[in-house]
Amino acid sequence: MGVNRRQLLRGTAAVGAATAVGFPHIWIKNASLAYAAGGEIKVGILYSLTGTTAIIETSLNQATIMAIEEINEAGGINGMKIVPVIEDPASDPATFSQKARKLVVGDKCVSVFGSYTSASRKAVLPVFEKYDNLYWYPTLYEGRECSKNVIYTGAVPNQQQKEFVPWLVKNFGKKFYLIGSNYIYPKEENNVCKILLKQLGGEVVGEEYVPLGHSEFSAVINKFKATQPNVIFSTVVGDSVVALHRQYKAAGLDPAKMPMASLTTSEEEIAAMGGEFAVGHYTSAPYFMSHDSPENHKFVDAIKKRWGKDKTTNFVSEPAYFQVYLFKQAVEKLGKKELTPQAIREASWGQEYKAPEGLVKIDPENSHTYLWPKIGEAQADGQFKVIEQTEEWVKPLPYWAYPEQVCTPNGLVEKKT
Amino acid sequence: MSWIIPQISVGLSIASILLLVALGLAIIYGTMGVINLAHGEFVMLGAYAVWFLQSTLGLNLIACLPLVFVLVGLVGLLIEWLLIRHLYTRPLDTILATWGVGVILQQAIRLSAGAELRYVKMPDFLTSSIHIMGYEESAYRIFIFVLAVALLIITYLLIFHTEFGLRLRAVTQNRDIASCFGINAGRIYSLTFAYGAGLAGIAGALVSPLKSVAPDMGTNYVVDAFLVVVVGGVQSLIGTIASSYLIGQASGVLASLSNDTMAKAVVFLGVVVLIRLFPQGLFAVRIRRS
Repeated sequence: MGVNRRQLLRGTAAVGAATAVGFPHIWIKNASLAYAAGGEIKVGILYSLTGTTAIIETSLNQATIMAIEEINEAGGINGMKIVPVIEDPASDPATFSQKARKLVVGDKCVSVFGSYTSASRKAVLPVFEKYDNLYWYPTLYEGRECSKNVIYTGAVPNQQQKEFVPWLVKNFGKKFYLIGSNYIYPKEENNVCKILLKQLGGEVVGEEYVPLGHSEFSAVINKFKATQPNVIFSTVVGDSVVALHRQYKAAGLDPAKMPMASLTTSEEEIAAMGGEFAVGHYTSAPYFMSHDSPENHKFVDAIKKRWGKDKTTNFVSEPAYFQVYLFKQAVEKLGKKELTPQAIREASWGQEYKAPEGLVKIDPENSHTYLWPKIGEAQADGQFKVIEQTEEWVKPLPYWAYPEQVCTPNGLVEKKT
Repeated sequence: MSWIIPQISVGLSIASILLLVALGLAIIYGTMGVINLAHGEFVMLGAYAVWFLQSTLGLNLIACLPLVFVLVGLVGLLIEWLLIRHLYTRPLDTILATWGVGVILQQAIRLSAGAELRYVKMPDFLTSSIHIMGYEESAYRIFIFVLAVALLIITYLLIFHTEFGLRLRAVTQNRDIASCFGINAGRIYSLTFAYGAGLAGIAGALVSPLKSVAPDMGTNYVVDAFLVVVVGGVQSLIGTIASSYLIGQASGVLASLSNDTMAKAVVFLGVVVLIRLFPQGLFAVRIRRS
């Protein structure tokens, strides 16, 4: 039997990989020379400006650019300017991966700020791990990830739910109906919710996942009526949120008796559904546009001044903004030392910054971020009224629901119990 | 037995939306044999037309309906004139051509109106809910049901009790011979296509306050519409009604027994089996075609 084409290809690839592993110093040396060349710090911005998630990601792109401009106007970092390289991955995970490679290998960026969906983050992860670069991810997500090449500045389930679920049980009752879109985020969030409910003696009267983009909720609403939960715990996303809220109200259900408690409904979805359909429902997030703090007023005014009067901020654009400042502080701390992604990662651990939501800190243990969870009640004008805020920041625990696994600076560790 | 009324009403409300969306397609596909993959985009255009009329002129949804019918009908007329009429002898090519039209319409809306979800206001007097035999049903869903039935009756009268309908049926059976009798087949086709597009526009307008308005909303509706038309039998109005109800009720019952993800899969499976057994649909009309 001769060597066929596939085996030949595989063999050649293996030799290529072995060579790359065998002489890594050549690559790393070249790379470190290029970072911060000519008094410029190159960073990548990787948010979709076209495609399905373009709207929300455009707000992340704009918040990031604004932060960079502010830093540069104030004199840059240690006398160096930040130079953003902006790419449009077009809401497509494969394009994300391709553009990430371009930013890391071609442009030699020292860090990249990017991604909204978990799918796109998972797509770029191999690139950042292979080239040992650093990715800054601002979105709240399902946790259960521990890459040493990512700094996570969005909330994980324990931060969104640990205060929220007990508050719901106390104020409305113990019977929960869990409704979500059918993908990883809602399922992981509901795992956490079920554990919390068990501790509190609560009860799950229904758990259901609808297809992404689903817009016909009459059967679901009938189940609400039949099971009479005290709280509808919703992790439905995108345009389904709009359909669910509208059909809920049209069916004659009352938020005072059976409110929807969401982890995903933001000011943006409310604008699309109309404030009257959102009134009286609740969302848990570390940030709301209406949050009253000097830092937030400054942030909202700056966004409106820079990008237009009708622009809004949301619980993803705020981390997209403050994570650039955390990056700045990490680079500042390095001083005259050599600027590499690895050095920035280590310098970023423990950095604190007074963000619009409150004082945040990157956890040295797992590269996630200490945040300030809040509970907002939706108002008719499309804004949230912040009715509860944690008394202190909440530590991120990406493996909260999986006690046998622990995220450490060196990656995931399995604990024997 | 308390579950029966909620169950039937869920089935009816899903079915009436299906019927609304499928009616226009049934007419275009059934009489002209054009497989119009841009049908979902006509639905989407209807929804955007309402949004536009509401946000600029502040019109009530019900006042918008005739305008939407005319506007989307005109778009249909234009597309028929520019494209479809050149492809009547090549029915398979219409699939690709209309799909392309759909993509263009979708991107045109994305570029002009923006990609964000849009808000359409429900008429105030329909926001409440109504008690029927101990069950609370949304007034707006009842309104959709009533309008679906009304549009069905209008379509029926148009096809079977007007001279236009007579000509349409003649052209459907044999275009050449109908033309020999002095019927302007091209004009009949244009008007039929425009009427089908207009119906899709109304469907879009009616679902917009209950669901969401986005540039890619049409994709789901075109799939549903084809399911209904294929199951019901291509040329049968009765078939369209029956299969809307069948699919609506099946989705409702399955969603209640398990969940919507499951319901969708099982309904698709059922449709596959059905068209294996009844390739012509449940209500095949036996007519002679050239």
